[in-house]
Amino acid sequence: MDASADSKGGAYVFKEAMIAALITLALCTPIIMFRTEADQNTSKLELIFRLTPVLVFMALAFAGRLVVLALRMRPARVKAVPSVAPPSGIRAFFTYVIGPLGLLFLFAYPVIVVWWLGPSGALKWMDSYGIQILIYVMLGWGLNIVVGLAGLLDLGYVAFYAVGAYAYTLLATGFGLSFWICLPIAGVLAALWGMILGFPVLRLRGDYLAIVTLAFGEIIRTILINWTAFSGGTAGISSIPKITFFGLVFADRENSFDEYFGMDYSPIHGKLFLYYVILGLALITNLVTLRLRRLPIGRAWEALREDEIACRSLGINTTTTKLTAFALGAFFAGLAGSFFAVRQGFVSPESFTFNESATILAIVVLGGMGSQIGVALAAVALIGGFEMLRELGWLKTFMVDYFGMTNFDPAQYRGLLFGLAMVVMMVVRPRGFVSTRSPSIFLTRRTAVSGDLVKEGHG
Amino acid sequence: MRWLSDPLLVVEHLTMRFGGLVAVNDLSFQVGRGDITALIGPNGAGKTTVFNCVTGFYKPTEGRLALARAGAVDRDAIEALTRSSARQAQSGAAELFLLERMPGHLIAHQAKVARTFQNIRLFQGMTVLENIMVAHHNLLMRASGMTVLGLLGAPHYRATEAWAVERAKYWLDKIGLLDRADDPAGELPYGAQRRLEIARAMCTDPVLLCLDEPAAGLNPRESLELNALLNTIRDEHGVSILLIEHDMSVVMQISDHVVVLDYGTKISDGTPVEVRNDPKVIAAYLGVADEEELAHVEAEIHA
Ligand SMILES: Nc1ncnc2c1ncn2[C@@H]1O[C@H](COP(=O)(O)OP(=O)(O)OP(=O)(O)O)[C@@H](O)[C@H]1O
Ligand SMILES: [Mg+2]
Repeated sequence: MDASADSKGGAYVFKEAMIAALITLALCTPIIMFRTEADQNTSKLELIFRLTPVLVFMALAFAGRLVVLALRMRPARVKAVPSVAPPSGIRAFFTYVIGPLGLLFLFAYPVIVVWWLGPSGALKWMDSYGIQILIYVMLGWGLNIVVGLAGLLDLGYVAFYAVGAYAYTLLATGFGLSFWICLPIAGVLAALWGMILGFPVLRLRGDYLAIVTLAFGEIIRTILINWTAFSGGTAGISSIPKITFFGLVFADRENSFDEYFGMDYSPIHGKLFLYYVILGLALITNLVTLRLRRLPIGRAWEALREDEIACRSLGINTTTTKLTAFALGAFFAGLAGSFFAVRQGFVSPESFTFNESATILAIVVLGGMGSQIGVALAAVALIGGFEMLRELGWLKTFMVDYFGMTNFDPAQYRGLLFGLAMVVMMVVRPRGFVSTRSPSIFLTRRTAVSGDLVKEGHG
Repeated sequence: MRWLSDPLLVVEHLTMRFGGLVAVNDLSFQVGRGDITALIGPNGAGKTTVFNCVTGFYKPTEGRLALARAGAVDRDAIEALTRSSARQAQSGAAELFLLERMPGHLIAHQAKVARTFQNIRLFQGMTVLENIMVAHHNLLMRASGMTVLGLLGAPHYRATEAWAVERAKYWLDKIGLLDRADDPAGELPYGAQRRLEIARAMCTDPVLLCLDEPAAGLNPRESLELNALLNTIRDEHGVSILLIEHDMSVVMQISDHVVVLDYGTKISDGTPVEVRNDPKVIAAYLGVADEEELAHVEAEIHA
């Protein structure tokens, strides 16, 4: 079709654009054209007919299709032969510059934010952005072991996150154990659950594995909702003990961290501490993963993703290899979960819905399966971007001032924008941010393996 | 006649059924220690199925597959092992394995049977060197203390890994891929991929190497190189080879012993010369079905 577009010329393009506009009309008719609203006085439902937005969307589709076709009509650029690796400049940048720079930035981030916005102004930037994003970076890195390296599609990763969160919550509220003792226990418990799930499930492949892990995530959540005596049900558990620094709490009272170090109380101290804790936990996850990739177990995971049958023919026990990937991924989710609980001070099953699993999986896929830096960037883009979309006040004023759209609320378009960004991303970079694989060992030179050769695994 | 006097692998009454289809029917043969044994037969004769049974990818419907690693086969020992529920036994110097009782990865790991695949199964997205390193999995796992010591960077692990890299270099040199060690395996030309698959299998330290149509798709020069490689493997490394091959010239040149299958049944077994002159084999390859024609063909041959 692309080649013939040239010869068909203007009429063809116009027709295509018209079709796009008509499809939009068809789609918009049920979704946008009619709206019911309760009358303020009589509280009767009224049907409101909205033509303008439909026309706007149709015009957009028309114009968009025109642009796409026009772009396609340009003489095709001669594509360079896809050799071993894409331009080494970008790759080198990703591997050797962005890693260390990013690390430096992560350590300096709180300092920069506090210096810039002052202790109280920085709170939001520490909490909603810094800590929140780092939790997802850690979860992304954990899931990356399972999905990116071992190629096992796990749709129920949030279950292990929940196990970690509730493990800390119950141990802390029930037995008064401190966070630092509970942290490893939560990790081990989650890993244990990973193995319990893994044993029966890992003989399944591909879609079946995905479905069963999805179900497992839901089972854990349902248990948490219904076993009220154990987990507090939907109401959740609140007043979870806060994090401590060698026994010192972060609070405005006697014997606190602030008092001990002779400082005035400020909530930012606690946030700073939490930030560095999750940064440390995330970096441990990263470090362990990077090291494991260079060990036989890591190579076996990747080999498993590439070809399970060949693995067996080389004497690799595929069951235990899968199980270790599953358990290790679960372990890190458990750590992250327990951090989540101590940071939030409150857990409820609401926090562990399938949506969470999907978000974490999206981070891994968007990052480029198997790439550590890619996953970190994707977490920043997805979670940070989603938070950013909350702050569209300026867009609202803009719309009100220039278009008189008084009841325009940009926050409602968050999901739409987000979805759009994902679609664009998958069109532009179908293999994720980092689409090449860096070999775990080399003889003379480190050549990146093009993503087209790397398999995604079949479960 | 080493396959009779000193067999490495004894296959007895092997039968493999898929539903109503009998892919391998009551097959018995022996693989001699240090021999290159060829398994030949028309398409669909059941050759790959035999391989899958030997290497544990299929569990045979019936039959016994006894492998005697190091040391002569002792019939009584095989019988004794069969009666027990164990899958492995030590009898004198010989270590005896009943392959039909073992899962695939243990056959490769403990009984030391390695294989390649008819449709090449390399780890395409990994480099040539990585492919070979994966073959050292069990050795390196042990050296890395099941990962724990490796994670801490123990010197013993690093030394073992260096040794594995040296061996990888040796094999890459042998198959002429040393300068491509850091390239993705998926980018190698077809013939090189076949050789790499053989080198990878060799790095699991096998006593028996099973090759499923190693010469398929090779040009004549590559085919000759393959023959040389197989002879090196047998002569210098003392590894017995069982191979499936369609190319008769290859079979006649390098094999010591040929087993012919047709419709899952063994129709001939002997030296290359014996097999080549076996009328049943000729008939099978010419696609002659009934007895009358067979007699006719036979007559022609002896004329
Ligand atoms: N897993 C299976 N399920 C059902 N039938 C099978 C299976 N594997 C093999 N078969 C059947 O068994 C018969 C023998 O197949 P096999 O692959 O062993 O033949 P082959 O001798 O290797 O042939 P070729 O020379 O074409 O490789 C064929 O009819 C095939 O369809
Ligand atoms: Mg075959």
